[in-house]
Amino acid sequence: MKKFFSLILLIIIVVGMIYTIHQIPFGKNQSKIGKYFVANGKDETGAANIVTSVVVGYRSFDTLGEVTVLFLAAIGLGAILTTTKKQNHDIEKASLILNTGCRFLFPLVLLFSAYIFIHGHLSPGGGFQGGAVVASGFLLIYLACPGKRINKVGNTISESVGGLIFIILGAIGLFVGDRYFLANFLPKGELNTLFSAGIIPIIYIALGFKVGSELNSVIDKMMEES
Amino acid sequence: MIIVITLLVLMMLASAITACIMKDLISAVIAACVVSLIAAVLFFLLHAPDVAMAEASIGAALVTAVFIIAIKRTKRHEE
Repeated sequence: MKKFFSLILLIIIVVGMIYTIHQIPFGKNQSKIGKYFVANGKDETGAANIVTSVVVGYRSFDTLGEVTVLFLAAIGLGAILTTTKKQNHDIEKASLILNTGCRFLFPLVLLFSAYIFIHGHLSPGGGFQGGAVVASGFLLIYLACPGKRINKVGNTISESVGGLIFIILGAIGLFVGDRYFLANFLPKGELNTLFSAGIIPIIYIALGFKVGSELNSVIDKMMEES
Repeated sequence: MIIVITLLVLMMLASAITACIMKDLISAVIAACVVSLIAAVLFFLLHAPDVAMAEASIGAALVTAVFIIAIKRTKRHEE
């Protein structure tokens, strides 16, 4: 009986999904707001990358929410996984090839991530992507040198400073220029140059540091327990 | 172009099914990692490089690492 009901429920869901998705014209841009962003994004925010002009220009308040969700997830993981007892089982050393390769790749990965989040308003990428690449670079070091740990105080400071810069820049926008939260009050500059788009590159650099340190703390907690 | 995309989608489907049926959990995680990697390539081919970057770094690198650490702490084989 239970199976029969779940089968009926499944059929209803599948038919509903097919019916709904069938209504959506595939590959055709129907939304007016999307057309508006493509037409006016470059002029209004000064960012050459349209995705960035939406993520940190028109929808920067949503981005603040996303970063807050990530922050809460990192804190929750820390609260669950933190143990008071100290574990000192013998540490298995990594092989020579892994050790040398990871030590060689680590600075290059960090440099690439810095490129991704500094050039977020010009080329594909941005704070989230750059932060994830930072975390994967630190993951390499964790794999190569199993005894090593990141500096927790420095990690927390870089995370807090990143978040504070984001919110303070947004609060300044309440009093200067267009007077709304996260308004772009700095001069927009020339399109497609490094110093353009007002506060967008500053916010992206802050986001890169914040996301990178948050993911680092997640990895650190996981590795500490294993 | 359509042939390349079809091949990639078929490979993605095959690795997704592999991830579901594997009893060895490490192999299942690696198959899931391949799904993310091919998804990143597909996003790039469909002109969404921003999403491709996020998918490659988070889906293929970090999530795989977190899963492998979790498997290391529990059991490797499914019963």
